[in-house]
Amino acid sequence: MQPFTTHTGCVVPLDRANVDTDQIIPKQFLKRIERTGFGEFLFFDWRCLADGSSNPDFELNKPEYKGASILLARRNFGCGSSREHAPWALADYGFRVVIAPTFADIFFSNCFQNGMLPIQLDEQHVDELFQRAARPPYRLHIDLHACRLSDDAGFAQPFAIDAFRRTCLLAGTDSIGLSLEHIDQIAAWETAHGLTAPLLDSTLGNSQR
Amino acid sequence: MPATPRTLLEKIWEDHLVCAPDGQQPILYVDRHLVHEVTSPQAFAGLRAAGRRIRRPEATFATPDHNVPTTDRRLPIVDAISKQQIDTLRTNCQDFGVRLFDLDDADQGIVHVIGPELGITQPGMTIVCGDSHTATHGALGALAFGIGTSEVEHVLATQTLRQSKPRSFEVRVNGSLHAGITAKDLVLFLIGKLSTEGGTGFVIEYTGPCIRALSMEERMTVCNMSIEAGARAGMIAPDSVTFDYLRGRDFVPADFEAAVAGWKLLPSDSGAVYDRVEIFNGEQVVPQVTWGTNPAQVVGIDGAVPDPAELATPSDRESGARALEYMGLSSGRKIVDIRLDRVFIGSCTNSRIEDLRAAAAVVRGYQVSPNVAAMVVPGSGRVKRQAEQEGLARVFTEAGFEWREAGCSMCLGMNPDTLAPGERCASTSNRNFEGRQGKGGRTHLVSPAMAAAAAISGCFVDIRQWHYR
Repeated sequence: MQPFTTHTGCVVPLDRANVDTDQIIPKQFLKRIERTGFGEFLFFDWRCLADGSSNPDFELNKPEYKGASILLARRNFGCGSSREHAPWALADYGFRVVIAPTFADIFFSNCFQNGMLPIQLDEQHVDELFQRAARPPYRLHIDLHACRLSDDAGFAQPFAIDAFRRTCLLAGTDSIGLSLEHIDQIAAWETAHGLTAPLLDSTLGNSQR
Repeated sequence: MPATPRTLLEKIWEDHLVCAPDGQQPILYVDRHLVHEVTSPQAFAGLRAAGRRIRRPEATFATPDHNVPTTDRRLPIVDAISKQQIDTLRTNCQDFGVRLFDLDDADQGIVHVIGPELGITQPGMTIVCGDSHTATHGALGALAFGIGTSEVEHVLATQTLRQSKPRSFEVRVNGSLHAGITAKDLVLFLIGKLSTEGGTGFVIEYTGPCIRALSMEERMTVCNMSIEAGARAGMIAPDSVTFDYLRGRDFVPADFEAAVAGWKLLPSDSGAVYDRVEIFNGEQVVPQVTWGTNPAQVVGIDGAVPDPAELATPSDRESGARALEYMGLSSGRKIVDIRLDRVFIGSCTNSRIEDLRAAAAVVRGYQVSPNVAAMVVPGSGRVKRQAEQEGLARVFTEAGFEWREAGCSMCLGMNPDTLAPGERCASTSNRNFEGRQGKGGRTHLVSPAMAAAAAISGCFVDIRQWHYR
């Protein structure tokens, strides 16, 4: 996984609450079996008008927000479907950070699996960021070592993050590899619960072992 | 010293805790992993790339449901990308030794319908699936929740998941439901009260006499929509309703009565403390209809579309105004004056046999309105066959409904079953998000009986006043 340490980038404000993952990546793009290439379909139904042309009123389409890598949103961002295609699409489009007052649980977890940092900030500071981001280009600096975000005009705020998730992001940890370090404890749990421990030799595919 | 009273959640959590390494998220054992075609291909690809195998293929069950045609299964799948996704699931299941309920399998169906139906879902288990409606399985007293594809890969490789212990939330429903009021109305009512994020960070346990009186399938409808209130999981303590439902099903333990004896120890102990408690009364619930673009934007059938300016918070007002524009509704419009173009009866929320019986009872002796196109999509091959044996399918088809093969269908419209822009649909599914059933489509969530009545009448009607024939 791509590590996340510090990031500086421009902010695009998306002034809507309850942005669900169906909006982030509509279902017609979930048929693909790859993990990449979803960026061009990000917010597709909002970015495109009925005739397929670009919607000039949608924030991401405005030239002043082109190249933004920090998405600023309202409450309950990422609600609904568990589709990891949502953070894949955000990351593929170029976002590294999403800032909102609250996030939906599954989306929040999925971000961390993809080197993307969701920052939960209280509503008052999110309001302030919306005001500042209304005058693009608006740049923010995020320092995950210090758990701090700041701009060039006096805004600086600490943010809270789970210590383990922070460590994994900083290191770009392979979460499966880390859990497999505890394979003996997993096997012990299975034995204690009457499950026969499976063969531990790792080969490609169970039917091919 | 007596043991500290524990909640159902705490009992399952502690039983499945493998370890909690210093400075890391705890590792939780996963008893059952359900897999479907849309959120798994990248996980299997990851396993292959890393040369890993599935730790417990015998605890893993797969079925294609999201992206499958609901028309004649003997015909080839027209959409090449959809076909590739389903073929990929087949190859992955074959290569990795996973039991697949394929399209031609008599037991294929929506993953959250077939899990309980086959007895794969059992009380006290931890169950995950790359789908947010996995909460459904909590109705049987399991801890069940949706995960992302990276976590699917993690579970395949380790049979565990990294999880921080969720907080517990008791949603107690006292009283009982009035005649004609369904579990769908109850859960929509609760979501309206809790908001779309009231359950975030929590596992909801539904308790109280109103919940205890629900059938097993009604409990699934309630737990299914926990995620729409933000809760990753919803659960109901197992009781005789649960045990009677499971007895005799395919995958239940051979010594069933011994298993029941263990399951009887699962319900929350008296005096167990929840992190949060909210109490409601079932008597207050009337038939519910959503008016907006999230499931908390809901009102009783006797109500009207609200004025967004009068909603509680700035977010509600902003979301409400946006929703009315998308839905093509104005505030003050009576719900019974809303006319429909389409009706969809199906989805993991409401596609089980009791749902179809309730809808068929309304339909019997009537014809679908000439202005409405209506379809019924059973949740599984078993539900379909049973409905055909009971004569329900004939009731639907003679009234003008389409009768389809099992799958998620128009709940999310990944397959060809979609709304056209501007079409208005009464749907028994779980999400009324913008574009959910098709770009520009307008979804109103209702119970199966309300959807059936809307199909006949062409507009919403109060099911409590329905003249059953």
